[in-house]
Amino acid sequence: MKPPPFEYVVATSVDHAIDLVSTDEDAKFIAGGQSLIPLLSLRFASPTVLVDISRLSELRDVRRAGDVLHIGALTRHAEIQKLPIMKQDAPLLSAAAGWVAHSQVRNRGTFGGAVAHSDSAAEFPAVLLATEATIVARSRDGERRIPCQDFFGSHFQTALNHGELLTGVELPVHDDSTRWGFSEFARRKGDYAIGGAAVSARVDEQGRCTRVRAGLIAAGPGPTSAEGLGEALLDRVVDESAVSDAVARAERHLTPESNVHGTKEYRRAVVAESLRRALRQAFELDHAGTDRRSA
Amino acid sequence: MKTRVTVNGEGYERDVEPRMLLSDFLRHELGLTGTNVGCEHGVCGSCTVLLDGEPVRSCTMLAVQSDSRRLTTVEGLACDQKLHGLQEAFTACHGLQCGFCTPGMLMTLLPIYNEARRLSDDEIREAISGNLCRCTGYQQIVEAARQALDEAAELADPDAESQS
Repeated sequence: MKPPPFEYVVATSVDHAIDLVSTDEDAKFIAGGQSLIPLLSLRFASPTVLVDISRLSELRDVRRAGDVLHIGALTRHAEIQKLPIMKQDAPLLSAAAGWVAHSQVRNRGTFGGAVAHSDSAAEFPAVLLATEATIVARSRDGERRIPCQDFFGSHFQTALNHGELLTGVELPVHDDSTRWGFSEFARRKGDYAIGGAAVSARVDEQGRCTRVRAGLIAAGPGPTSAEGLGEALLDRVVDESAVSDAVARAERHLTPESNVHGTKEYRRAVVAESLRRALRQAFELDHAGTDRRSA
Repeated sequence: MKTRVTVNGEGYERDVEPRMLLSDFLRHELGLTGTNVGCEHGVCGSCTVLLDGEPVRSCTMLAVQSDSRRLTTVEGLACDQKLHGLQEAFTACHGLQCGFCTPGMLMTLLPIYNEARRLSDDEIREAISGNLCRCTGYQQIVEAARQALDEAAELADPDAESQS
């Protein structure tokens, strides 16, 4: 359980970090290391060089510009959870952060790292899919913006090329018409989810749903969006039967695999139930408030 | 690679391999063996230490990443042969059996104790959810934490009404 040997360089700027990683195909960026260091210790990864970006203050900023919230890649999970600007402008993301691992990991793990790791059982990718966030990445060729629908692949793959650094994420700012819900289940809170869902929606003045998206957790080989929600929920005041209809439509597309935590049938049921709870929160059908607290 | 750290108020400098984990650095380079190493991949919490005042897992951090930062380990708790309030409470409430998880439990609770925050039992369980104990069934650990945190809150604000 010790990492294999590697070289270690502390990057002095984003360009410096990108240059170092670009010149060696087995080099990797490291920030909080909360996923990478266990992978090193388990010898699942053996990079030649680790380029430490964790001291680059330029990647630490959280700022609002109009109706877009820019979150720097080095923002830590604990900050996403606790910063007032996050609670106000990105309440779904902030709530989801409380479900990311345990406090010791949240103090050290970075938002950008968790997004770039693209674990299907992770919370942040699901939130980004629900809110249709944009990933900002920089390479030697310059900066590009990637809609998160095109960013997450299967089995820890993303649209990032080697030498390309995720520098931040742009999230639409929460407003009076936005509704959200989040639900997750794990054997021990903070462990990787057996299933979960993040819902982001908009309603008009009559209370009709004008937009709805859900990111699903541990529902397939990579971070995935729920399918079929629009047919069931759009252009109507969402009630219990509409939620049931939406969940039934989404459930058909779920493809979790059996593992130590349960059979694929069980896991599909957990994701579907999480989606139902998150939708009920979002459309305020959860009058007792039980869903938001449930495990 | 040269690595300078402050641990429990004392400065250290060592030349270490980049791949050395902070947990091994503390134990083998500095001889501070109070920090226990359990799973060594970020699950059990027994290696928890404070990095600039915040609990982190020392097995999930490279020693070189702690360069020029401030660490607190379980050795930094007791002072002048006198146990820390958290340690007293764990003793009084039988919050340990084998004691392996105890340094991690104490370090996880320390910032909450220092902030004199009174927590409900549910909040205490959530606070220590990243620390595994295989002996106690957690009940006495929660009791110990509650006792210590209540005492800390009492000391900080003697007039506040007890919520427990």
